Amino acid sequence: MSTTQAPQAGDLAQALAGTHAEADLAQLAQRRLLRLATAGSVDDGKSTLVGRLLHDCKAILADQIAHVQTVSEARGGDFDFALLTDGLRAEREQGITIDVAYRYFATDKRSFILADCPGHVQYTRNTVTGASTADVVIILVDARHGVLEQTRRHLAVAGLLRVPHVVLAVNKIDLVGYDEQVFRGIAKDVSELADQLGIADVQAIPVSALVGDNVVDHSASTSWYDGPTLLEFLESATGRSDASGQPLRFPVQYVIRPQTDDEYRDYRGYTGTVASGTVSVGDPVIVLPAGRRTSVAGIDRAVITATSTAVEERPAAVAGEAVTIRLADDIDVARGSVIVAADSSPGTRRELSATVCWLSDRPLSVGARLLIKHTTTTAQAIVTKINGVLDLDTLGVIDAAGLDLNDIGKVQLKVAAPLAADPYSSNNITGSFLLIDAHDGWTLAAGMIDEEEGELL
Amino acid sequence: MTAVDMPQATISPVTELDALESESIHVFREVAAEFERPVILFSSGKDSIVMLHLARKAFAPAGVPFSLLHVDTGHNFSEVLDYRDATVDALGLRLEVARVEDYLADGRLRERSDGTRNPLQTIPLLDAINAHRFDAVFGGGRRDEERARAKERIFSLRDEFGQWDPRNQRPELWSLYNGKHKPGEHVRVFPLSNWTELDVWSYIAREGIALPSIYYAHERDVFERDGMLLAVGPYSQPRSGETVERRVVRYRTVGDMSCTGAVASTASSPAEVVVEVAASELTERGATRADDRVSEAAMEDRKREGYF
Repeated sequence: MSTTQAPQAGDLAQALAGTHAEADLAQLAQRRLLRLATAGSVDDGKSTLVGRLLHDCKAILADQIAHVQTVSEARGGDFDFALLTDGLRAEREQGITIDVAYRYFATDKRSFILADCPGHVQYTRNTVTGASTADVVIILVDARHGVLEQTRRHLAVAGLLRVPHVVLAVNKIDLVGYDEQVFRGIAKDVSELADQLGIADVQAIPVSALVGDNVVDHSASTSWYDGPTLLEFLESATGRSDASGQPLRFPVQYVIRPQTDDEYRDYRGYTGTVASGTVSVGDPVIVLPAGRRTSVAGIDRAVITATSTAVEERPAAVAGEAVTIRLADDIDVARGSVIVAADSSPGTRRELSATVCWLSDRPLSVGARLLIKHTTTTAQAIVTKINGVLDLDTLGVIDAAGLDLNDIGKVQLKVAAPLAADPYSSNNITGSFLLIDAHDGWTLAAGMIDEEEGELL
Repeated sequence: MTAVDMPQATISPVTELDALESESIHVFREVAAEFERPVILFSSGKDSIVMLHLARKAFAPAGVPFSLLHVDTGHNFSEVLDYRDATVDALGLRLEVARVEDYLADGRLRERSDGTRNPLQTIPLLDAINAHRFDAVFGGGRRDEERARAKERIFSLRDEFGQWDPRNQRPELWSLYNGKHKPGEHVRVFPLSNWTELDVWSYIAREGIALPSIYYAHERDVFERDGMLLAVGPYSQPRSGETVERRVVRYRTVGDMSCTGAVASTASSPAEVVVEVAASELTERGATRADDRVSEAAMEDRKREGYF
């Protein structure tokens, strides 16, 4: 880092006085959560951008600043924002980010969980991890260098994981003299790639993380840019977490049977998190994989005091809520069952066509026997075919005999148990899965179920 | 890789606290379904109390299907031990206690020169995990607390020596938590990973969760050391030059009494604490934990060895 932008603890304290202290607690209680992921290439200033965002949102406190100042000075350098996020010994020693770090900050409107993902190609699996839950992915490009191979990879990951919004932060815009043409050129290159990858929404923003241009406040140096600042965009972006308009999917996690001598003697509740849709008392549903029809007798939420544990009924629950459902009929329901809308059942399948991100340095070959973890079902699986691997240069699929670390490939799987699965494009929970090494339990791949065939049973 | 439009989405109707609560409950249920012998680490600190509250919600109207484990430094605030025992009694829970003092008594551990016992908890903790064959161990750690914790998974594998390998963690995607482990290994589970200190206090206020009284403003004889207010008590006495004052203080964290500092505060209710935390200039560990100030990577080093 060449210029000092050291925030002073005193200034910060001053800035903090009268911000949150006056925050309306009721407003705080209504705040919504947005999940972000950052992705960038080496040295494009990602840690500085994250540090800037946290600092300008007053999420970095005096002792953290003092810590970074002490360590920066001990190394004879200027204030290094990266030290705020690079927490591991090896990261500090090597000056790189190794693993996803989670950061938390908030404004009066939103609170944010930021998955700060490393840029090095060998850590692409971490970008996949961060993007899997993200509502917004922020991809950084150095204005001086434009689109790099890592940019293409990160865009491909964002497209593949169907992150609802991509922000292209064209960073170090100060170092190209705030040149509009440079910004437009990079934005156009990325827009073309996004079209090829099926990413609908890319917001390009010219920023300087170091100076603070267009991160929180509009920059006077980019008068040609009339779009939102990064924070304005994040405060208004919609999330993927609202899947409440889709058909009901409710994977059963655990069955509650208190078997106590009280009013709950015969209680039998199916716990889970609503994956998509809305569930209301009285709704007709189908329980997969058995395919039995029944209806929702009750939806319960816990009511607990210091000494008592009970439940109360609620009329409905929406996607994202962890609840307990009771059914009208006494049918066989267990972990692995999925309760779905009666008029929109996905059915079940034992064969899957899927796109997988290979996350292990052990290569995949045809015939491999693995475990698949899909919603609350874990079953054996065999890789019956590898259809190809994504070529990042052409964004086409080319033939491949196997998959190596960081490859994005097309595979076919045969599964030992019927899965109540949807295509990932319509449901990111019932459409996703892990592949796991049956011997040592390692997570080998992240999978997304394709839209094509897949034998319906 | 074909173009398909995402379903048009708006921001979720679920509020931040409800979203965090649901995520934590989901984690508890996954563990109950996939592990044989889970245990909740319960220090009677606010995070472990919130954890227990969420566990109770996850399985209501049935009871919590896990026992509790307290790693006892022997340097306790009496209010905190009273809270622990009252909670266990009221809820009919099973409590295991691993005592650092047993290890000091028979020489398996030796008192440190600084008198602090937080780092001494690791071995009693690992021994208790082995002795009871616990395979999933819930901890109240939050990612916003500390730099090394910011990197940890919600399901975090420990090898047969109880060690964490931060450079070789399993990817954790969507809400698919992989709890597979080999015999002898165990998984640390952090249901509060995504909660901040402010979230925890907002939730305590919303849910009306009772806490040990030392979390709220009270008068206490304290002396200042390393910028922290330490209580005068059996485990911490002022050295020469340190003066004792009676101050109105509260605790932001609860740990080994000899190295956990109080903060000057008049906040006497959860709502007042929420306002205070929101305006605080210091993180809770920065304000109150001497043991995290040892080095740049003090927490990482302790965690690698098997600490909470």
